[in-house]
Amino acid sequence: MMSTRALGLGSPLRKAIFSPSLARNQALIRTTLAKRAIQTESLPPSAAVDILNKQRLKRPSSPHFTIYQPQITWIGSIFHRATGGALSAVLYGFSLAYLFAPGTFDSVHVVEFVAGLPDAVKYTGKALLAAPFAFHSLNGMRHLSWDMGKFMSIKGVYQTGYTVLAASAISTIALIFM
Amino acid sequence: MSFLPRLSRPVCSSAARHFSSSAPRALATPVAEKPVLNKEFKIYRWNPDEPAKKPTLQSYTIDLNQTGPMILDALIKIKNEMDPTLTFRRSCREGICGSCAMNIDGQNTLACLCRIDRNGGKDTKIYPLPHMYVVKDLVPDLTLFYKQYKSIKPYLQNPNPPEDGKEFLQSPEDRKKLDGMYECILCACCSTSCPSYWWNQDEYLGPATLMQAYRWIADSRDTHTAERKEVLQNEMSLYRCHTIFNCSRTCPKGLNPALAIAKIKMELAAD
Repeated sequence: MMSTRALGLGSPLRKAIFSPSLARNQALIRTTLAKRAIQTESLPPSAAVDILNKQRLKRPSSPHFTIYQPQITWIGSIFHRATGGALSAVLYGFSLAYLFAPGTFDSVHVVEFVAGLPDAVKYTGKALLAAPFAFHSLNGMRHLSWDMGKFMSIKGVYQTGYTVLAASAISTIALIFM
Repeated sequence: MSFLPRLSRPVCSSAARHFSSSAPRALATPVAEKPVLNKEFKIYRWNPDEPAKKPTLQSYTIDLNQTGPMILDALIKIKNEMDPTLTFRRSCREGICGSCAMNIDGQNTLACLCRIDRNGGKDTKIYPLPHMYVVKDLVPDLTLFYKQYKSIKPYLQNPNPPEDGKEFLQSPEDRKKLDGMYECILCACCSTSCPSYWWNQDEYLGPATLMQAYRWIADSRDTHTAERKEVLQNEMSLYRCHTIFNCSRTCPKGLNPALAIAKIKMELAAD
């Protein structure tokens, strides 16, 4: 027995069409077809570009850094850039301040000001300056070695990456207690 | 040899009579029921027919013991059995066509080469390739990516045909220089993992295209090396690469686009 189900013709509509007693009743078929839930619209081929461009205007951009797995590759790169920016800001800021008010921002006054601060503030401040400096300098050496074609493999990147992190931590501690 | 006895087994007659495509129900040896191992998949959904609706993560839970081992098997199972509107690209299911590139658990890879993490307690999140316009669900618009590839003229340019009229010959050493580059399937995993490409994809070519640019620069049979280098000699096309290495880290074929880009930089510096 060849059942309609095996052929995927289970819907009542198709049953009506294929049933011989109803096949000649055109009026019934027309009313059944009119009840279709989905209507198709015929368009010329030239309309495709318009539809595509309308869709393109509304397309969202897929999520990126919020969903990408944190890896030492790109997180390290972001920190390299951020520390570089922050160190430049401090350097330029201090230089400009010295230019405009040389009496307030020279070495003698800065040393006097820092000496008067409590220890906790001194060490925190030193750490905030030392950590970016150590990381940016050491990671800069990593970049220079890449520019010479060294450590250009995933293994090399990860080994040098963790080496720089460890060396930065040690240098930061050494700089704090200098 | 092991399938010879199966050939001699009589064909299941009831299946033949009913035009059924499913496996015969009665097996010679009963198979023990596998335990249920449910896992939740959270999949990025966006429908162009309802553009005002924000993209959402839709959750599907399937039994891993009734699913193939790869993420693509899970996606196909969800599409077949739970939600036929789920949209994604796939073709070869063996990592050579590059269609099913997507972001799985935060990393860009091919769904067909990525095993499902069998830890049922942890969900798996699947997004389209990062920072690309979404056509629908997991399908990104790669038009610009292909245009960039086309812009580097990815074909042999040599106006002097070989004398015997047959083929350009190459020494084994020169051929070896192309290893690790010609295998690229242009799945766009590397380019869409690159933060520089996220921010500057209108001008920066991206790792996939740059590696192919170097594949032709390095080819001893190509005579347009100088022109090929000349078009890269500007601030944006090549030098937005900041040696981040997301490209090499994510490549599902184990290639190293960052090394190819570094070689271009060194050759340009030597010019």
